[in-house]
Order: sequence, then C-alpha cells, then structure tokens
Amino acid sequence: MPDLATVDMYAPAFWLPPLWAFVLGAAVTLYVVLDGFTLGLGILFPLSPEEERRDVMMNSVAPFWDGNGTWLVLGGGGLFVAFPKAYAIIMPALYLPIITMLLALVFRGVAFEFRWVAKPHHRKWDFAFAWGSIVATFMQGVILGGLLQGVAIKGGAFSGGPLDWLTPFPIAVGIILVFGYALLGATWLVMKTEGEIAEAARYQALAALPVVIGGMALVSLWTPYALPRIAERWFTWPNIAYLAPVPVLTALVALVCWRSLQSRRDTLPFVSAISLFLLGLTGLVISNAPYLVPPSMTVWDAAADANSQMFSIIGVAIMLPVVLGYTAFVYWTFRGKVRIGEGYH
Amino acid sequence: MDVDALLLARIQFAFTVAFHIIFPSFTIGLAAFIATLLVRWRMTGEEHLHRLARFWTKIFAVSFAMGVVSGIVLSYQIGTNWSRFSEVVGNVMGPLLGYEVLTAFFLEATFLGIMLFGWNRVTPALHVTAAVLVAIGTSLSAFWILAANSWMHTPQGHEMRGGIAYAVDWWAIIFNPSFPYRFAHMFTAAYLTTSLVVLAVGARYLMQRRYLEEARTMVRMGLGMVAVLAPLQLVIGDLHGLNTAKYQPAKIAAMEAHWDGSKPADLVLFAIPNEKTGRNDYEIKAPIPGLASYVITHDFNGKFKGLNDFSPEDRPPVKPVFFAFRTMVGIGMLMIGIGLVGAVLWMRGQVFAARWYLRPVQHCWPLGFIAILAGWWVTETGRQPWIAHGILRTADAASPLAFWVVATSLALFVAVYTVVFSIGIYYINALIEKGPGGKAAATPSALPSRPLSAAGSAMQPGE
Ligand code: HDD
Ligand code: HEM
Ligand code: HEM
Repeated sequence: MPDLATVDMYAPAFWLPPLWAFVLGAAVTLYVVLDGFTLGLGILFPLSPEEERRDVMMNSVAPFWDGNGTWLVLGGGGLFVAFPKAYAIIMPALYLPIITMLLALVFRGVAFEFRWVAKPHHRKWDFAFAWGSIVATFMQGVILGGLLQGVAIKGGAFSGGPLDWLTPFPIAVGIILVFGYALLGATWLVMKTEGEIAEAARYQALAALPVVIGGMALVSLWTPYALPRIAERWFTWPNIAYLAPVPVLTALVALVCWRSLQSRRDTLPFVSAISLFLLGLTGLVISNAPYLVPPSMTVWDAAADANSQMFSIIGVAIMLPVVLGYTAFVYWTFRGKVRIGEGYH
Repeated sequence: MDVDALLLARIQFAFTVAFHIIFPSFTIGLAAFIATLLVRWRMTGEEHLHRLARFWTKIFAVSFAMGVVSGIVLSYQIGTNWSRFSEVVGNVMGPLLGYEVLTAFFLEATFLGIMLFGWNRVTPALHVTAAVLVAIGTSLSAFWILAANSWMHTPQGHEMRGGIAYAVDWWAIIFNPSFPYRFAHMFTAAYLTTSLVVLAVGARYLMQRRYLEEARTMVRMGLGMVAVLAPLQLVIGDLHGLNTAKYQPAKIAAMEAHWDGSKPADLVLFAIPNEKTGRNDYEIKAPIPGLASYVITHDFNGKFKGLNDFSPEDRPPVKPVFFAFRTMVGIGMLMIGIGLVGAVLWMRGQVFAARWYLRPVQHCWPLGFIAILAGWWVTETGRQPWIAHGILRTADAASPLAFWVVATSLALFVAVYTVVFSIGIYYINALIEKGPGGKAAATPSALPSRPLSAAGSAMQPGE
C-alpha cells in the first residue's frame, strides 16, 4: 500500500487501481445477482419435477442467461485487464475449483438450448441443467472462501499446493452460496410467475432464507475469529461505530424479505434478496480492502501499468453505461409474468 | 513447472481452443447470413426467406451456446494455465481482451435474447436490428481477439522493462503488422465456412427433392459467396504469407519444408521432413523450378531463409506445420473448384438440376472447419518455441502447477467436450434433417408445452 503521507494523490498510478477495483467489484456483484438467480433456478430444478413447471422456469430466463453470464467474463477478464499479477496468482491457486466451475457451466449453458431440441427426450438435459448449476455455484463459493482464507505467495507467484482450498471454511461458503442462489432464484420466480409455480417458489424462498441468514452470520463470526486482521477492522473503536449499520441493515432487510414473502408481495422479496447479497458483499469488501489477494497483495501491488489501466478504463467509461442501457432494455422488453404454455408470444 | 506438465498444458489449450474455434467459425458467418435473410425478407416480403431465417436461427442458437461456453473456458485458462504469460504480457493483452468483452460479448449476448425470442414480442424492424447487432458483435469479437493474437505473432508498440512488456503505443499494438492480414483471412474463412454449409444443405434438399424454394435460395446465396470468396482467400492468404516471411521467417521455412537458405527453393508438393538429417525424405517437387521462391519472394531466383539457418531450439516443429499448411491450401483449391464449377453451371441455368455436382457438394460442409483448424495449426505451431514472438517462450509461460493437476483437468476436458459437443453437432444435423418446413415453422405459440424453444422441438435424439 502506498504511504499516504508521501504519495501523489493525483497520479494515475494512485487512483486508478482503486477505481478499477470498484469496477471489478461492480462486475462481480452484477454477476452474482444476475447469474445468481439464473443458477438458482437450476438449484431448484430437483424440487420441481413437473415438465411444465421446468419449462416455465427456463423460459423466465431464456432471453437473459447469456447476457447474465457475460458478467463472469468481465469479472475474470477484468482481473486480467487491471490486475494481471493478482490474476496470475489467484487462477493457479484455485485451479481445480475454477476448472470444475467452468465445466459445470458448460453443462448448464448448453442445456438451455439442447433441452428444447431433445424434447421429448430432455431428461438428461434437465439433469445437466440442475447439476451444472449446483456444482458451478458450490465452486464459486469455494473460490470465494479459498480467496478469503488467504493464498500463499512467494516472489510474486503462487507458492501453495493444489489443494490448499480444501478446508472446512471454503466448503461451508460453497454450501451457503447454494442456498443463497436458491433464494435469489425462488424470489425471481415469485416475481416472474404466478399460480402454483409462484406459490411453491414462495415456500422454497421461505425455507432458504433462514439458512442464508445463518450462513451470513457464520461467515461474519468465523472470519474475524480465524483472521485477526479482520477482527481488528471490525471490532476496534471507532470502526465499530461506523460499521455497525451493515449488520443492522442486513437484519432489517432479512426481515423485510421474510415479511414480504409471507404477505404475498410480488417484487419486494426479489429486491430484498438482492439487497441481502449487496450487503454481504459490502461486508466482504470492508473486511478485505485494500487487499486483492489476501493477506498480502493490495490493489496497488497487483495493478497493471497505469498506461494500460487508463486505456481500458476509458473503454469502461464509454461502454459500461451503454451495456447497462441495452441490458435494461432487454429486461424491459421481456417484462411481465411468464405463463404456462404461453411464454413470450 | 516440469516439462511433462507443460506438454499437458499445451495439449489442453490446443484442445479447448480448437473446439472453441469451430463454433465462432460458423456463428460469425451465420449471424450475417441470418441478418441478410431478414433484411431481404423485410424488403421483398417473400415468405420463404422468413422460414429460412427462422430455420437457421434455431441452428444458430445451438451453435452459439456451444461457442459461448467453450469461450468462457478459454478466457479463464489464460490465467489458470499460463499465469507467467499473464504477468509478462498482461499490460498489453489485457486491455485488448477487455475491449472485446465490453464492445462485443455484451452486445452479441444481450441482443441474442431479442433475436431468438423477439419474433412476436418486438416490432419486425427492431427484430432485424437485433440480428444485425448480433452479427456486428461477432465481427467485433473477431477483431479484438485477432488483434491480441496477432500481437503475439508480430509484437510492436511496447517496450520491455525488467522482463515485463509495457504498452507504449496502442494504435501500433492493435494494428500490428500481421493483424490486417490475419483479420481479413480469418474473417473470410468464417464466411467461406458458413457459405459452404449453407450450400451443402441446399444441395442436400435438392437431392432429396424437399423444400425446393428454400433450397434454391440457399444454393444461390451459398454458391455466390463461395465463388467470390474462395479466390479472394487465395489472394489474402498469399499476402499473409508474404508478411509472415518478413516477420516470422522460421515459420515460413517450416511451411515450405525449406532447409537450405543459400539456394532458391522449389515448391515441395509432398515430403516427409526429417528434422534429424535436416532434409526432406520422399520429396515430390512441383515441375517448375524455384516456384516456392516465386510464391514467397515473387521472384524465381529469390532467396529466403531455410530451417538450417536457425538453431534447432529456435525452430518450430516442421512436420505439423508443413502438413497442416498443405491441408489448408489443398482445401482452399478445392473450394475454388467448387465455386468455379458451380458458377459456370449457374450461368448456364443448370445448377439446380446438375445432380452429379450436387451429390458431392452436399457432403462438403466440413471443409471450411477443417481448413480453419489446419490454418490455426500452421499459425500457432509455426510460432513455437515462442508464445509471444521474441518476448516470451512457451516453456517459460506456464503456471506453477503439478503434473497430476493438469492431467486431471485435461482428462475432464476431453471427456466433457467430446460428449457434449458431439451431441450438439448431432442435434444440429437433426435440425437440418428436419428442415425449415413443418411444425417448426409454425407459430411457436402453437406448441403449448414448448413455447419458447429457440431451437424448436426438432427430433428424437439417438436413444
Ligand atoms: C475469429 C474469432 C474468434 C477467435 C479466434 C476466438 N473467439 Fe471466442 N468467440 C468468438 C470469436 C472468436 C465469437 C464469435 O464472438 C463467439 C463464438 C460464438 C459465440 O457465442 O461468440 C465467442 C465466444 C467467446 C466467449 C464467450 C462470450 C460470451 O459470454 O458471450 C469467450 C469468453 C471467448 N470467446 C474467449 C475467447 C478466447 C480467450 C480466445 C482465444 C484464445 C477466443 N475466444 C478465440
Ligand atoms: C481460435 C483459433 C485458434 C486455434 C485453433 C489455435 C490453436 C492453437 C494450437 C494448435 C496451439 C498449440 C501449438 C503448440 O503448442 O504446438 C496453440 C497455442 C496457443 N495459442 Fe492458439 N489458437 C487459436 C487462437 C488463439 C488466440 C486468439 C490466442 C490468444 C489470444 C491464442 C493463444 C495461444 C496460446 C497462449 C498458446 C500457448 C500454448 C501453446 O503454445 O501450446 N490462440 N493454439
Ligand atoms: C487458398 C490458399 C490459401 C493460402 C495461400 C493461405 C495462406 C495462409 C498462410 C500463409 C497462413 C499462415 C499465416 C501465419 O501465421 O503466418 C494461413 C493461416 C490460416 N488460414 Fe489460410 N490460406 C489459404 C486458404 C485458407 C482457407 C480456404 C481457409 C479456411 C476456410 C484458411 C484459414 C486459415 C486460418 C484460420 C489461418 C490461421 C489464422 C491466420 O493466421 O490467419 N486458409 N493461411
């Protein structure tokens, strides 16, 4: 980390890395929310065996899934663009979970198209969709957990073993994330469908919510317990006063989600489930900033040359609003409830 | 990383990228073909153009999905398997790939939703626009990835400090010396490949006497493109080779199996290059002396470097480059032939009835794919031992991974890709066999249990 007393605050080499970290964080957040509910539908597939119901579930995201998944490419690609040194450490360190996630996403992705072509012999692609989603989600949790618990670095390269990530904490995060995405998927269905399908999704969401809250509490206690640097960040004065709103807000939002599901609201459960995720990610950023690869590599250590970061941030500044604009347009085009046998026609 | 793990990592990259390129080669051209059909349909109102567009859109949806999932794998592999590469050239390569995501991937992935599912949801004008935007997206994607790849072949616009490449001039980096040729050559290759598939499908229907109106349109559009693009590809390829001779002479020497640079070179038609003795076994030469010199230098007595002018550790593997190059050029000549004969028949008004011509042509759909794979084989293997020419050797680019880790992932990739993508190609063939008519062409709302199928309910898979 640059010494704040001596550094030139206006030099691009100082302000570009945090700016890029923000962009990357935004991309990852959008990915988690957008592909989160898409993967969530796959996670709910085993609980929804009827063909008609599965048709509606898939139809509710069919026009969006590819765009949603592209945020993953921006997240991974963005890391390469802005922080190649971190990319070169994280990717080999988490090699097996990443490769497994990618292969699971292969099954999940092709199932979107193959399932319709294969009808009426589509069972195997239902299976591929469900297990592709579950495994991909679990691995994303493992990747997050593995990163949080820290990566061994020596001489600027990964120096640990191929199974360093295989400890209880990443596994727990993986399981929690499966419930988290299931919650997003279920509340999405509450919003996008009606009748029996929405009703079933409501109960699924009510079942997933306590697990998600419990999981968030677990991570919030576990990380400061295991990692002193995080305990110090949260539990020293005056930090604790500034940061207290985060857990308080989380509890409130969870309550809103619960009540809105019980009172049969359409949109509020989805919005509050997303808010839960945003708060969770905020907590992670608070715990770990300015580290990109905990516990030792900061955003400045990992940054690409300022000239490269500048060239690509210009593209972000121009293109990201455009991308968000037409993404919103496509969601708007396919707004409204999806009905059995009706789809978008 | 030990040597064997390095070899596995190379095999894994070659395997996954080779599977990936099959789909872009098809979707780049097909997006443009569908957009053209839709525009023509809007202008003329001819219903069969609409049926054709819907038909090819289903096939497009299936191949696009396979292109996307295999592409995501690649973008991550640069980090997982080539982490030293990421570090050394990340400053230059990163932004190019970043621009690809921002300008191309989002565009194609987002408007794909409207292109596939917007038939009755948006106005026809907007639907056509979405199809055009998808086509533009795929082309932009090719632009950026080929800029990145070409920079690895002919790097410029950067400076090296402490073993790391730093960008100096972005314009020079993007428009590096081999980029215009590679972009033109690959883009033409993608259009050629798609045109051949369209032509072959049209020929298949004509032979089967089905969907005659659609089949004639496909033969006309496919054949027209092949007749023009195949000769053009020869010219572009020739210019590409001249450029390579200037910047990567070892690659050209391997392509021509040319060992002794002190004499003008004859064109080798066939040989088994022998890297131990430094000469060719079983050589068959073209009867015109100095023909290779003519092709490379445009002078029968011209000289260009031979393999013996490079020390063995700076030479690419000769055999794969030599044979892959002959495969590509051979197929290129075959395509010129198909285009030429077809054009003559067409001018005489006989092409739809010439069964002797249509019979083989209906089976020529794989030619483009094979030529593209062969071409990439030449380019990438011919660049060895460098991963970024003159900057970083492939052997120094790999991630610090254990042998069993890479072996596991490679085995998984081979298993999963072989199963998933073979089934996908089987489905595409089944969609083609079913054809543009019938149930699939009816309004989708008439199919109650499968209303949103992009690919339509097509057939019974082989069960
Ligand atoms: C000449 C064109 C070309 C070449 C050489 C490559 N690709 Fe590709 N790629 C495309 C042309 C393309 C495309 C046409 O844009 C695709 C194919 C089908 C598709 O869906 O988009 C695509 C998809 C695609 C995707 C998914 C995008 C999405 O989510 O929509 C990724 C991440 C990559 N590619 C990455 C790569 C990498 C890392 C490559 C090199 C090592 C590569 N591609 C070679
Ligand atoms: C899409 C078409 C492509 C095909 C079919 C292809 C094919 C191949 C093949 C066969 C190899 C192995 C060469 C060898 O080791 O002997 C290779 C290596 C490699 N290619 Fe490509 N390539 C393609 C495009 C690209 C692009 C666009 C990039 C980068 C932007 C790229 C980056 C690499 C890298 C990093 C290697 C190193 C691994 C190695 O040398 O084996 N390739 N490619
Ligand atoms: C007809 C005569 C042809 C000639 C003389 C020719 C020439 C070449 C040359 C010299 C290269 C190597 C460039 C380098 O890396 O230095 C190349 C690469 C390639 N060729 Fe061809 N080619 C021909 C036909 C074709 C055809 C018909 C296709 C596909 C339909 C094709 C697809 C490719 C591809 C995909 C590459 C790799 C990418 C690139 O470097 O452009 N070529 N070609």
